[in-house]
Amino acid sequence: MSWDVLIAGGGNAALCAAIAAAKDGARVLVAEAAPRAWRGGNTRHTRNCRIAHDEGNGILTGPYPVDEFMDDLMRVTKGRTDEELATLTLEKSKELWDFLEDQGVRFQPSLGGTLSLGRTNAFFLGGGRSMLNALYRTAEDAGVEVRYDTRVAALDIEDGFFKGATLERDWQNGGPEREEVTARAFVAAAGGFEANIDWLKEAWGDAAENFLIRGTPYNTGGVLRQLLDAGVQQVGEPDQCHAVAIDGRAPKFDGGIVTRLDCVPFGIVLNAEAQRFYDEGEDFWPKRYAIWGRLVAAQPEQVGHVLIDAKSINLFMPSVFPPERADTIEELAGKIGLDPAATRATVDAFNAACVPGMFDHAAHDDCRTEGLDPPKSHWARPIDTPPFYAYSLRPGITFTYMGVRVNADARMVMEDGSVSPNLFAAGEIMAGNVLGQGYLAGIGMTIGSVFGRIAGERAAAYVSN
Amino acid sequence: MSRIDLPSLASAAQDEVARQMSICNACRYCEGLCAVFPAMELRRVFEGPDTDYLANLCHNCGACYYDCQYAPPHEFAVNVPQALAELREESYARYAWPGFMAPVFERNGVWIALAAGLSVALFILGFALWSDPGALTASGNFYAVMPHNAMVAVFAPAFLFPLVAIALSLVRFWRLTGPTPGLTFAALRQATRDAATLRYLDGGGMGCMTQSERPDTWRRRFHHLTFYGFLLCFASTSSGTIMHYVLDWPAPYAWWTPPKLFGVPGGLGLVIGAAGLIWYDRARDGRLRPAKQTGMGAAFTWTLLALGATGLALYWLRETPAMGVLLAVHLGTVFAFFITMPYGKFVHGLYRYAALVRHAYEQKRAHP
Repeated sequence: MSWDVLIAGGGNAALCAAIAAAKDGARVLVAEAAPRAWRGGNTRHTRNCRIAHDEGNGILTGPYPVDEFMDDLMRVTKGRTDEELATLTLEKSKELWDFLEDQGVRFQPSLGGTLSLGRTNAFFLGGGRSMLNALYRTAEDAGVEVRYDTRVAALDIEDGFFKGATLERDWQNGGPEREEVTARAFVAAAGGFEANIDWLKEAWGDAAENFLIRGTPYNTGGVLRQLLDAGVQQVGEPDQCHAVAIDGRAPKFDGGIVTRLDCVPFGIVLNAEAQRFYDEGEDFWPKRYAIWGRLVAAQPEQVGHVLIDAKSINLFMPSVFPPERADTIEELAGKIGLDPAATRATVDAFNAACVPGMFDHAAHDDCRTEGLDPPKSHWARPIDTPPFYAYSLRPGITFTYMGVRVNADARMVMEDGSVSPNLFAAGEIMAGNVLGQGYLAGIGMTIGSVFGRIAGERAAAYVSN
Repeated sequence: MSRIDLPSLASAAQDEVARQMSICNACRYCEGLCAVFPAMELRRVFEGPDTDYLANLCHNCGACYYDCQYAPPHEFAVNVPQALAELREESYARYAWPGFMAPVFERNGVWIALAAGLSVALFILGFALWSDPGALTASGNFYAVMPHNAMVAVFAPAFLFPLVAIALSLVRFWRLTGPTPGLTFAALRQATRDAATLRYLDGGGMGCMTQSERPDTWRRRFHHLTFYGFLLCFASTSSGTIMHYVLDWPAPYAWWTPPKLFGVPGGLGLVIGAAGLIWYDRARDGRLRPAKQTGMGAAFTWTLLALGATGLALYWLRETPAMGVLLAVHLGTVFAFFITMPYGKFVHGLYRYAALVRHAYEQKRAHP
């Protein structure tokens, strides 16, 4: 079969590209590696996208100018971004509300417990899967053909020119059905490689065995590997990713949002040796959420244990798994596999170092430790009121940043610096162009929608010439 | 009224709802879809009565199932519409008065169909035996077939008993889901508005998703036709009663009188609405229904359709010899509708309204 545009992937970026290309007249084939019930990669777990806007609109409060967005991006990436592409992303993010609404996506005010994002992030009514359903409906109505259970097994690329691909249908069941397809342009929107533990181990060593993958198990980086092998320039480092500390009992894949834990600032975090290792009260949790994945990844066995007491149990969003609970610290330590005496000693040292203050979880309060290393700067209250609770923490990988380099047309840049005429990329597979490190809530979806749209439009324009 | 410590007897359906709600409460993506999720967010644990309340707050629009990242085949297996539908049907039995009637909810469709069939047969038989055989085929005058006083003697208790039974059930439901100090008329007003507009039968604005992930508004439209058709029919009967007793103006009534002006459009609404719901529900996604089929919904919709259809038939064919039999069929249907009212899907509207009042009350207190 011959198509105008072949798109690998089935999430936000892929669908935005498919819709944009189809509406510009291209015949589009989407190859989604996952079965229909699991379609959409990590988009199914998202809930919002960060968009710049000059004034509030009734759901989004207040303005969020591009300059402020850029400051936020520079702060988290510490300058590791392609400034031209970053500026383009943020400028184009202003159009996303209307663009997505035109595709049937609906928005809602920021969710309970996420008020800090009400100004900057547009929340999808019903979450990311609802948003995806709207995009799929629109794409189908625009004539896009979607094949599920179908992966791009091989790419035929000659000197940076895309000629065709081998698709494998039903590839998860022994003998896949192969099909050679030709297309005049290719959009890679197949996500990162975070679900490929072996690849993660190349960057992280054996520690990666203990990582939990918060999203789809289908992001194994197959398309990314083929593109790099075909001479496309790599962007970003393999160990850079959005990694948070999540509940250690989460499923290996696809645990999504419900496995996050917001209790760290209210307690202390111990490693497997019952020692503290970082300032739990350094800042508000949303600002520190994204560093704890790496912190826990660096600890023995890649595990942490948050200890809190009865004073704090209702101060954070409920989590999906109930905590371990005990009436004494020693009993609690036994339940979570820590040495009771060592745990007791760490808790005692922490309690003794707490300076009396006015506890206020909504402000940088004056409850801190003195003479403790590492210190706890805020919200430090002695852990002395039973029952005591413990949650285990593990690194939860949301998505990886290493990908293919693109230019402002979403065209891939080859190792020799030349630009491919008909290879495009959007979404996680090229997020590293903008996000060299760190993370800003909702920016993954912003990059996906902006570059998906650009890729679809440019591919359609290329095809019609 | 017997006192049962319901909270200590959480059923499997309640446990399942509590399990799913603890997942939803950590996610909250569906917060904007309907009332269930904001109500859930006010709780951290879900006791039996909490789950019964949430179950009756759900309008089964289906949107949260298609929107859910944890829906099956995900191992968390979250299917809120189905879990709440199952619990909802179970809760009707839990609060039913008198308690010994609770088992009829188990195979509700069969029970309602039997009651309706028997009632109709009895009316035909009764008419044939007790009235002048000539009157049965004579056209025009209902009271020649069944004297007005006999109608009242049969229907007054058949109407009053269900009212008492439903009121007592509702009180049990209301009390078990917790005290509401400071409840005001504002909450009642809000709940009435939400019920009258079926605010929560629209997937948060996109429409219901009861057939697929493509939203539509048909279910809501048919429900409106059915509900307002039913109210008009009720207004028709009430106005007839007033004309008979207060104005001393016995039937038959001309087409321009209130009983007809309410009754004809009411009957049409009931027929089109109920038929529409039956037609629409044939393509309903089975995953949104309770796994255990009681036939409750279908039996109720069919009864409503029969009510409207026999009423309209009577209106158009009263001047023909079919009148006597039609009257028996219509009165039999009405009779069956009344006596089964407290023990079938009819109660969904009342429990849901009560849940909406509680929701309006809770939200006002939580977010003044």
